[in-house]
Amino acid sequence: MWYDFLLAISVLILLAAGLSLYRVVRGPSILDRVVGVNVIGTKTIAVIVLTGYLFERVEFFLDIAFVYALINFVGALALASYFERKGVDSRPVRRGAAP
Amino acid sequence: MTIVAMVLVSFGVFFLTAGAVGLIRFPDFYTRMHAAGKCDTLGSLLVLIGLACYEGLHLTSLKLLVIALFIFITSPTATHAMARAAKRNNVPWWTPDGEERRR
Repeated sequence: MWYDFLLAISVLILLAAGLSLYRVVRGPSILDRVVGVNVIGTKTIAVIVLTGYLFERVEFFLDIAFVYALINFVGALALASYFERKGVDSRPVRRGAAP
Repeated sequence: MTIVAMVLVSFGVFFLTAGAVGLIRFPDFYTRMHAAGKCDTLGSLLVLIGLACYEGLHLTSLKLLVIALFIFITSPTATHAMARAAKRNNVPWWTPDGEERRR
């Protein structure tokens, strides 16, 4: 029962990550994409820990989840700092419009 | 203890799904960030604390709580950095009359 529950929870979290992928594919500005990637990374941490419980190797997967959280944080900070200096093109992209 | 863990993990998944729906549906960068930052932090925190409750008093639950504390500190920090980047670059925000307002 616990195994089936964790499997269903993992599938639901992956569906939520797929919903967030919509914002990554067509966000109006580049920062929307960065936020979407950060949200997907945070959901991935929970999925990694749940995968450890499904495979009954929790100790290894916890270390992997910790390193993934660290990389997610550093990547988000680096991208935010880079686009703060470089500038954000925030105009929405109209598909099919004349340039 | 298993019941408590299941309730906490279910609430965490609810918050994660609500954050994803808010990330799609909100009209504006700042409101999207409102949904993403808080719902994501609380959802991950509830999932990890629920799994720690299932584990009991063990080294694994201590590691889970350390990961939860790390997410609790770093996720609002990343959200704050991205919101500051948007504010300094004059990303427009949504108004009810439909015009984009900048400052």
